[in-house]
Amino acid sequence: MNAVFKALADPSRRELLDRLYAENGQTLNELCARLVMTRQAVSKHLAILEDANLVATVKRGREKLHYLNPVPIHEIAERWIGKYERHRLRALSDLKRGLEERDG
Amino acid sequence: MDKPVFVYVTYIATTPEKLWQALTDGAFTQQYWAGIRLDSTWAPGASVTFRMGDEIYNTGAVLAYEPHRRLSYSWKVEIHEVFRRERPSRVTFEIEPMGSEVKLTMTHDDFDPDSKVLGAVSNGWPMVLASLKSFLEIGHGLAVSSPEAAKRTKEKVIADAQATAS
Repeated sequence: MNAVFKALADPSRRELLDRLYAENGQTLNELCARLVMTRQAVSKHLAILEDANLVATVKRGREKLHYLNPVPIHEIAERWIGKYERHRLRALSDLKRGLEERDG
Repeated sequence: MDKPVFVYVTYIATTPEKLWQALTDGAFTQQYWAGIRLDSTWAPGASVTFRMGDEIYNTGAVLAYEPHRRLSYSWKVEIHEVFRRERPSRVTFEIEPMGSEVKLTMTHDDFDPDSKVLGAVSNGWPMVLASLKSFLEIGHGLAVSSPEAAKRTKEKVIADAQATAS
């Protein structure tokens, strides 16, 4: 679980996860095309995400496809957030959204 | 070949044999998979039935059965007409021993275009797989994958699918 938190601590890696959330199953080339990071940096970040099991890969022909893997995030949610007052967190999150919508 | 829609990976501290039993034996699936009992003879092409109590949730047919390595079946959701009218999709489990743990890769693909089943299962699989891991490592499944939670989820996925059905 340490690997998951370390992997999530970097904004570039969180952005990569967001990109996969928007479109799952992308190749390295597809991910690079939409980011300002160098190919080497993207490749390095993807390796860290894969080691943490936040990203899963499958080979299709010569291509390697990257998938967001929600299983470890789910395990964190169950073992940590669920234990510590999920409903109160949700209320805070709803409040934040309500205030932001009013400001927007 | 089309790319898979879902690829989920989890590492479980167990053996390929125990994981295989958990995936293929209905007495085990009931304990972590929302109380759902899975039945099949596992002969090639044999039917696979997923029941909760008397109600049939899913049906399918065996596509691959390679003990302790690879299991695949077709996947048709029977809980509502909005899902029943789609052709079956495909679920595959691949098992690889990794030292003292086992890597489980689940893929779900071959969906109909604009599939309602796709929306319904996208939140379900991480819960089932997290619960499977808990069941094999700690001895019990998770509350998110209990029969009570599954009944609530069932109502919600039907409502969501109907809301977006054209």
